[in-house]
Amino acid sequence: MANLTSNFIGIKSPNPFWLASAPPTDKKYNVERAFEAGWGGVVWKTLGSEGPPVVNVSGPRYGAIWGADRRLLGLNNIELITDRPLEVNLQEIKEVKRKWRDRALIISLMVPCDEDSWKDILNRIEDTEADGVELNFGCPHGMAERGMGSAVGQVPEYIEMVTRWVKKHSRMPCIVKLTPNITDVRKPAEAAKRGGADAVSLINTINSITSVNLDDFSPEPMIDGKGTHGGYCGPAVKPIALNMVAEIARSAETRGLPISGIGGVTTWRDAAEFMALGAGNVQVCTAAMTYGFKVVQEMISGLSEYMDSKGMTSTADLVGRAVPNVTDWQFLNLNYVTKAQIDPDACIKCGRCYAACEDTSHQAIAMSPDRVFSVKDDECVACNLCVNVCPVDNCITMRTLPKGAVDERTGRKVGDYANWTTHPNNPSVKAAE
Amino acid sequence: MTNSPLTPGVVPGRLPAQAYHDNFTDHEPPLDGHEARVAADRCYFCHDAPCMTACPTSIDIPLFIRQIATGTPEAAAKTIFAQNILGGMCARVCPTETLCEEVCVREVAEGKPVEIGRLQRFATDTLMAKGVHPFTRAKATGKTVAVVGAGPAGLSAAHRLAMKGHDVVVFDARPKAGGLNEFGLAAYKTTGGFAQREVDWLLQIGGIRIETGRALGRDLSLAELQKQYDAVFLSIGLAGVNALRAPGEEMAHVRPAVDFIAELRQSADLSSLPVGRDVVVIGGGMTAVDAAVQSRLLGAETVTIVYRRGQEKMAASGYEQDHATSAGVRIVTHAAPVAVLASGEVEFAYTADTPDGLKQTGETFRLKADQVLKAIGQTLTGVPEGLALTSGKIAVDAAGRTSLKGVWAGGDCAAGGEDLTVTAVAQGRDAAEDIHAALVGA
Repeated sequence: MANLTSNFIGIKSPNPFWLASAPPTDKKYNVERAFEAGWGGVVWKTLGSEGPPVVNVSGPRYGAIWGADRRLLGLNNIELITDRPLEVNLQEIKEVKRKWRDRALIISLMVPCDEDSWKDILNRIEDTEADGVELNFGCPHGMAERGMGSAVGQVPEYIEMVTRWVKKHSRMPCIVKLTPNITDVRKPAEAAKRGGADAVSLINTINSITSVNLDDFSPEPMIDGKGTHGGYCGPAVKPIALNMVAEIARSAETRGLPISGIGGVTTWRDAAEFMALGAGNVQVCTAAMTYGFKVVQEMISGLSEYMDSKGMTSTADLVGRAVPNVTDWQFLNLNYVTKAQIDPDACIKCGRCYAACEDTSHQAIAMSPDRVFSVKDDECVACNLCVNVCPVDNCITMRTLPKGAVDERTGRKVGDYANWTTHPNNPSVKAAE
Repeated sequence: MTNSPLTPGVVPGRLPAQAYHDNFTDHEPPLDGHEARVAADRCYFCHDAPCMTACPTSIDIPLFIRQIATGTPEAAAKTIFAQNILGGMCARVCPTETLCEEVCVREVAEGKPVEIGRLQRFATDTLMAKGVHPFTRAKATGKTVAVVGAGPAGLSAAHRLAMKGHDVVVFDARPKAGGLNEFGLAAYKTTGGFAQREVDWLLQIGGIRIETGRALGRDLSLAELQKQYDAVFLSIGLAGVNALRAPGEEMAHVRPAVDFIAELRQSADLSSLPVGRDVVVIGGGMTAVDAAVQSRLLGAETVTIVYRRGQEKMAASGYEQDHATSAGVRIVTHAAPVAVLASGEVEFAYTADTPDGLKQTGETFRLKADQVLKAIGQTLTGVPEGLALTSGKIAVDAAGRTSLKGVWAGGDCAAGGEDLTVTAVAQGRDAAEDIHAALVGA
């Protein structure tokens, strides 16, 4: 069995699966249950400054969207940072870390944007023996209205400034948690790096309204007839998170900056995808909230099976493997030609491919009177839509034309690699004088 | 073809050759990858799942189904085999409708359980098809254990003991290992020589030697085994068959259903297997159903199961009963055999439940029967001296310990089981754990 041991910025854990800072990590009771179930580490739910704790709503905190059969696809929440007294949290963190030496325990922090506040909280957590801190610059609801969370994360200069304070007043490894509610995630990542962050973690939740109550005309979750935007997470946000992780992993300015991947990790495969795109480990919340802590067992066995099948002996063999293959559109090979092909034996004759292609694409699928569907190679632009809408696994596949073969649509032979930067239609290409 | 379903007497070849193939193919065909993912998707990953509690071997069913759902059926198989090394056979023959699937929350809520049995088969078949044996032996302990009986309990015990580093010899009176997996059960539940393939796969763990044709009491004595081995596990099954206690049962066309099934399971050419035109099966359990359905599949014109109590008391599940009736078997309840007649009939008396127990009402009827199969239960025979019995079976404690020091027992021969493959596997496994603890002085 592959060795899943993880060493993330010097923080060791028996596997790369951490619970993200969130409701499941708010108390010793939950965290110990998580460790018993096999989680490699936890990021304790965000602590705030000393003083009266924050107050949460006493109506619904979560909204959701579901697939058929009530599969939970996306969750949003309006819960704030921990609403328990600071001293209670600190005491419990200390107890848990002493009892679970082999697990990673990180403390998430969110205090007002002044140096004294950060210095103070860092002093207070010093003797918990926690392995590191995560700066919550991500939460988009509630606390952001008070100038914290994503309100900091949306201003790279603030990120850099606070990170600097943290590195100045603490020897703990520092992870900066980024908000996706920005236009270019590389900017805050660069700021974190400049400030001295040991790593970034992303994504925090996405501003969202999951649904609207059409009887009461209020967003859900509804609190006394009103709703507010909450932070969206769960399987639905994974594609957004993957892209943001990849952007940081491949950017020249941030390349090599360790990343803790977050965003809809539900299965081993999700975790492996984040890691291939450069995440050194992953953090999970919604999957645990949906299925319970035991869900980590599938992630462990699945990742292990996968690594064995690929001959990978350590997680380092996987991390970043896909990063070199993430590129800009302009560098994609314009001489790479594929054609859809439909396996008539596998086809169940539903006609979805035909409708998709005929109505919304390139009219490249023919349908016979007895419902046999076939691809017109002289029309097919290889868009992949038919593959994506087909309900049968491997019924429609893409066939790659070999070099020298004629593309019946263009009449041209498949040539060598060439991209937009040298394409004759590109107005910025200067003809050689 | 000279014979047909209408040919009188007990004759072979009642059907065209192709019919034998079609009739004895997989009763429930395996799921393909897509079907398995769709079926797995229905599992809710319940907390403290009722299915897992209902499984006699406590397989972590939600976990293995999730592992199938996430495209790792090999990991799913490991989850299954860690609890039940004969998970492949159990996937085929477990009465899931009265175990895991009966308590599935979706069965309770919708009447449509997650197809746990078929998903288990998908996972175990996938791993076994790769020829992978997922376990390795612990360091050799130098201890030896004799297992008597190579059925599910014996194989399960042997595997667990071998895994713990002990050297195991399994003795079996029959010419092949497998016990009822090989000689009992309906052929359409375990096609393609699966029972032997499973034994071969299980033996890949190493450290197990099988000696067939060695019967306890004839070729072996318990006292000798106790002397030669550090521990003995008895899983000798139930070799005896209960009598009808009706005149005429000595006639040649009356035979135990288990013998009929064993012969069928070992037959290389089912068209050469004789079966009656009118078959009467007496009993109400799985053996009765297996014998009756297979008689029909061999070409019998009429097959009737006659059970002395009410339908609700039948040991065969409702699912099994439905399977029998859909195969064209008639089920008659509340009727007990009175006499097997030379006329080629069996006379039955109707029965009724009374405050004093089951009583014959005095009203009788006759069924044509050129073949009568007795399926009214098996009994323990050939018990070595000195072993305490309870209710006709070997008395054991929760860990499988018998009244004799150093001797454990499990499977159908031991008291407390349910005469199911899966309970036998659990008992073998648990006894092996206790033997291991005893041998290494834990």
